[in-house]
Amino acid sequence: MTTTEKTDVLIVGSGFGGAITAYHLAAGGARVTVLERGPWLESRDFEHDFLLGSSYTRAFDFTVGDGMSVLGGNCVGGGSMVYFAALPRAPRFVFERQGSIGRRMWPSSITRDSLDPWYDRVAEAMGVRTQDWSDVSYAGGLWGAACDHSGRTANPVPVAIDKDACVNCNWMMAGCRFDAKKSLVFNYLPAATAHGATIRPLHEVQRLERLDDGGYRVHYNVVDGEDYRVTAGSGAIDAKIVVLAAGAGATPVILQRSEADLGTMPHAVGRYFSGNGERLNTAVVDEDRVRDVLGLARDDERAYEAFQIGKGPCVANWDRLDPSLPEYSRYSLEQLYFPPALGTILAQVPGAPSPSWFGADKKEMLRRWKSWLIVFTMSEDDNEGVFGPPPPTGNAVRLSQQMLGRGPLSYRPTANTQHGWASADAEVKEILEKDGIARVAPWTNDLVGAYTVHPLASCRIGDDPHTSALDDRHELRGHPGIFVTDGSSVPGALTVNPAMTIAALAERSVPGIVEAARARGLDVTYGAPAPDGATSGSGNVLTTAGRRSS
Amino acid sequence: MPTGAPDEGSIETRTLEAFADTVLPGAKRAPDDTSIAGRSHDAGAVEAGALELLRTPATGLTSGLPEFAELLNDHAAGYAAEHGLSAADGEPPFVALAFEDRTALLRNLTSPGHPEKEFWVMLALFCNMAYDSAAHTSTPEAIAAGHPGLRAMGFAAPDADGLLRFEEYSYGRPLARLHPDTTPSGSPA
Repeated sequence: MTTTEKTDVLIVGSGFGGAITAYHLAAGGARVTVLERGPWLESRDFEHDFLLGSSYTRAFDFTVGDGMSVLGGNCVGGGSMVYFAALPRAPRFVFERQGSIGRRMWPSSITRDSLDPWYDRVAEAMGVRTQDWSDVSYAGGLWGAACDHSGRTANPVPVAIDKDACVNCNWMMAGCRFDAKKSLVFNYLPAATAHGATIRPLHEVQRLERLDDGGYRVHYNVVDGEDYRVTAGSGAIDAKIVVLAAGAGATPVILQRSEADLGTMPHAVGRYFSGNGERLNTAVVDEDRVRDVLGLARDDERAYEAFQIGKGPCVANWDRLDPSLPEYSRYSLEQLYFPPALGTILAQVPGAPSPSWFGADKKEMLRRWKSWLIVFTMSEDDNEGVFGPPPPTGNAVRLSQQMLGRGPLSYRPTANTQHGWASADAEVKEILEKDGIARVAPWTNDLVGAYTVHPLASCRIGDDPHTSALDDRHELRGHPGIFVTDGSSVPGALTVNPAMTIAALAERSVPGIVEAARARGLDVTYGAPAPDGATSGSGNVLTTAGRRSS
Repeated sequence: MPTGAPDEGSIETRTLEAFADTVLPGAKRAPDDTSIAGRSHDAGAVEAGALELLRTPATGLTSGLPEFAELLNDHAAGYAAEHGLSAADGEPPFVALAFEDRTALLRNLTSPGHPEKEFWVMLALFCNMAYDSAAHTSTPEAIAAGHPGLRAMGFAAPDADGLLRFEEYSYGRPLARLHPDTTPSGSPA
């Protein structure tokens, strides 16, 4: 007879949705086990190396779907290890969006005002700060100056980066070697383990099974640390409460694969996926015009030639985040760095006949790489993504040893989404081609479809049972004791980087999970301070949490 | 100057080289180099290591390469027949195509709706990566050895510990008005 391991709370994934809930539940007295499908990488593991098999490919997943590809984190710390630490709050109008369902898609209980105390809490825990212009990279400065030149505004983006430790190496997307980027391994995760939570890397959850006592058995495979296509074992853990936080590209797949055991899933599981309306444009800058038109210079020799230098997105244009504009016409335009390979292949040659992602002209464009500037659009898409039947294991059929897989997501952009993309493309062109500063072309969608680094909404919260998989407490409809707290719970595109909102929603979800745990006989309390002991933001939170549970 | 010599013995190698050269073209390694079309004056994907990368097991492509080459030559033979092109003696059909025809065929194979699109896209992506990131070799070593793609792009050399640092990084002065509705947290209102 085999014995199955037991825990109080089983958390799937160690990104924002998993780390935040793990900390609070462990601090509140629950036995918490976190299963993370990726490896556990530490600062010294993060190399500045494109070699296949180095940390860069170990920490990332690139899942190609039909019409949409998703780039996500795949290591302890999840998305926070591969994000750019840009942590703006979502603008007020976002919470009033109707999207594809024709009525408010967010739960009535959530507005910007009601979420602000939770945003405060995350800001405190992650060390979010405003940047000034002396913090921003040459690329961010160039984008700001170009916006200004065309009569627009531009903002340094709030970030969780230790400016004294940052060396502007621009490798932060592949993990920060210098401990400058404040990922979850510096706050929530160590605080969770200090309270007894266990984190198991290379454990990929496959499915959930309901137990007679109302709890759940969680089945996992152990993944080989070098070749993720290889299974090195399997097992199961029983838990009273399950928190799914595997990311918007994986959480719905786990639930779909569990349907045979758990029973029918809510209609919205694996539907309404949003790519956060994302789109990229690459500009090739005219160095002389940067000096002559914008008045910028690094020194006597160079005006710009600084694409490689910096720390991800530094400056964004928010002029189109105007609540009076109609839905699908609002977006932010953010300067961004993508490293070679990911950031060069999909770039097209400005002015060349499409497709121009390969060939002689593209090679010439690569020769001017130091003069590139990438502008990232986050617009309002139409939640078009749908997940097809799940693959045999994981969330994708892995093609390469690491990083590259083929997933079941399909995405057919509607006219609304395409309108947003086209408007943003046109505006980027207008700003950067004014007076010959640069030539611009959007990334091609022909190769791997549209492309998102911020997958959302495949298992979303809402008030309407038909169009939301979760109630406003993040509990899976019809499956009590299963909660979803990652980006898949966010109802729709946010028009800004979503990590701050995912984290705030995860913080907000904890009191409800604690209540559910207590109802299942677990002795858990709510009310822990921020991971470093700070309490300046928690007063508002405790008031809010108290209101919700009364 | 171009380095290396064309592999005259293997249809597979010559076919894949011609494919990589279509993705990012280079200079001929020798006058009789037929794999490389010679559409550029310096190193392209082949010299950057496309074949080495394609033959790295981590890509997941390695075992399928003979099939890719055969299929590509089938497509090329079909393309040649369709366009009334005569086959060159002893050349694999894809190698026998002119650069413009190789380009047209690659465009066709990677276009949305082509049933084999995903395979050809993957092959092209790795050919591209050999040039723009040298993914078959350690980046500090590739830079030290003068990897042609990273050198052409101007990728900065790391410090002695293999890590990049940029001491100067900012114009260091205000360059735009802030959005008037920015909150004290630095976020949009």
